[in-house]
Amino acid sequence: MGPQMLRRLFWMLGGLLFTAGLFGWYDRLVFGHLHANYGTVVPWGLGVTFYVYFIGLSAGAFLVSSLVYVFEMKQFERIGRLAVFTALVTLVIALLSIWPDIGHMDRVWHIFAYPNIKSPMAVITWLYAAYFVLLLCELWFLLRRDLITGASAPGLQGTLCGLLALGSRDVSGDSALRDRRVVKALATVGIVMAIMFHGGVGTLFGVVAARPHWHSALYPLHFLLVALVSGGALLVFASSIFAEGWKRNGETVRALGRIVLGLLLLDLLFQLSEWLIAFRGGIPSHTASLSLILGGPFWWIFWIWQGLLGTGVPLLLLVLPTRHDPRWVALAGLLIATGYFGLRLNIVIPGLAIEEIAGLSEAIASSRMAPSYFPSVSESLLGAWVVGFGLLLFGIGERLLPLVPKEEGYGRV
Amino acid sequence: MNPETSGVTDRRGLLQRLLQVGATALAGAIGAILALSNNSVRAADGTVRRKYRYGMVIDTRRCVGCRACVVACKAENKTPPGVAYTVVVEQAFGTRADDKPLFMTKPCFHCESPPCVDVCPVSATFKREQDGIVVVDYNRCIGCRYCITACPYGARFFDFGEHYPAVAEGTPYAQVPSPEYGQFRKREPDESPIGNVRKCTFCLHLQDSEGRYDKAAGRWPACVKTCTGHAMFFGDFNDPESEVSRLLRERQAVRLKEELGTEPNVYYLL
Repeated sequence: MGPQMLRRLFWMLGGLLFTAGLFGWYDRLVFGHLHANYGTVVPWGLGVTFYVYFIGLSAGAFLVSSLVYVFEMKQFERIGRLAVFTALVTLVIALLSIWPDIGHMDRVWHIFAYPNIKSPMAVITWLYAAYFVLLLCELWFLLRRDLITGASAPGLQGTLCGLLALGSRDVSGDSALRDRRVVKALATVGIVMAIMFHGGVGTLFGVVAARPHWHSALYPLHFLLVALVSGGALLVFASSIFAEGWKRNGETVRALGRIVLGLLLLDLLFQLSEWLIAFRGGIPSHTASLSLILGGPFWWIFWIWQGLLGTGVPLLLLVLPTRHDPRWVALAGLLIATGYFGLRLNIVIPGLAIEEIAGLSEAIASSRMAPSYFPSVSESLLGAWVVGFGLLLFGIGERLLPLVPKEEGYGRV
Repeated sequence: MNPETSGVTDRRGLLQRLLQVGATALAGAIGAILALSNNSVRAADGTVRRKYRYGMVIDTRRCVGCRACVVACKAENKTPPGVAYTVVVEQAFGTRADDKPLFMTKPCFHCESPPCVDVCPVSATFKREQDGIVVVDYNRCIGCRYCITACPYGARFFDFGEHYPAVAEGTPYAQVPSPEYGQFRKREPDESPIGNVRKCTFCLHLQDSEGRYDKAAGRWPACVKTCTGHAMFFGDFNDPESEVSRLLRERQAVRLKEELGTEPNVYYLL
């Protein structure tokens, strides 16, 4: 199967998920939260999980791009722009995942008008806004010269490039040097921001002392590591299909695969610490959620999805001689990136699926009091729409924007 | 040239200026964080300066598990399915000689340090200065449900917009408003409190303009008023002569999950 074929599959998948997912939006807008399966004991579900997962991908992809634009590692230069663009797309779909999840979508502005700075949720929302602007600026300065030259191309691509150049005409070497300085400054600030907002998501969960599964000092750090693993893995896969595919990016794919392998092993160490301390400590409230992960009704998310497909198989692919073939490395990237969604599910849901007071879930007769959760059809379709929208947005951007640098050799600034 | 008279700031002047601004901003930020991290109504010695400190004492030995409190609350506040400001949890103790299960009605505890308040991104839920009741501003709340996750006692409920069949949309009963917060809202699609987080308010709409309840006049939290076994007591802990203060003095009371430092204002007698 060549990259051409994979790209066609990509477009079909994006279109299908997007179209089917429109029904999720219809249901959300007409019936509100009526058809959602979360309740009062498990008040967060698929929407929050998607949000946490995508925002992690964004932070991870951005931190990988900083290898090029801050740390000037030339071997990743070919995928630097792709990484920044991935960070932008995943940020947008992360926010689109969480937006319909809140009770009053029209009140999002309240977070900006009446922020409570003691709430991690308020702080990270402000950071997202700043990070969004930063990503747009960085991407523009990265693409500026190629947008100007691309404007002469015929058709839609030329028109779009001309529009996005925003009237800039300077293609001189001096201006290129200035662009690089600006990008380096932005990317440096961006590293701090990415660490703050994704560490912030870990903090959002970590500060909740009422849910012992979340209340761990490891959380902000673990979230950053998960972001790096999943974001790096996604880029491994993306750069094998896009930006001229594995035939051109083979070396980059293999190099990034090695980094992802290292991060994956480090992440396993983090996970091991969490399990070890909880089970050897033996406090029932700490182990309850973990036992649910291991042997609850959704045991397969841990053992099959996250463990076997998301960790075990890709680990082998990245260690065995298959590591030399970018196609196998790409498969490992895809498996890790999707497998880590299982990990995110196992953070959000089991942490909530333990009733805070024994007997609470049976105190009144309502499905909203159930201490278990499985997404409803409308929730799943809304999630499908978000994924489909992300794929299409990425595909369109990749086709129309100059995401592959024309000039090789990213000089020192 | 003197930079102040010329109106031109040289580099050193600018740096000084920046330092001053930075130091002021830093001091301000530290001050703000310090102010926020102390409960503002708490004096230096840790005592609470509030006009009233409302709370409950619940005698689990008197509770028979009839759930009249749950029903009374529903009748008073017109809460929809899946939303119950108090619930009765029961636990069987197979080892107990008399085979009597534990019944425990569980309203919001209106904690002294409520973790739900700190996590709200828009400060829509807060602890009232005058009486310590934890409330939700339905017009401010965005419905993110972060506070539900943060409450260690399961005292918060999301209004999904469900209706009981008898009060379904279009029926005359659906036009009966809820007296909650004295706002008298009717249930309309997409309108608050649908899509909001809801919780027990100690029936604060029954307070007079001074913030007082009146047991004799029936202006008393609906659950306590209706309790068949007289297991629930309500009152002002600031008043040493109140029924609840006396019970705390005379009996051994416990609060749930003390280890979290939330300091509930609802006590249980065992």
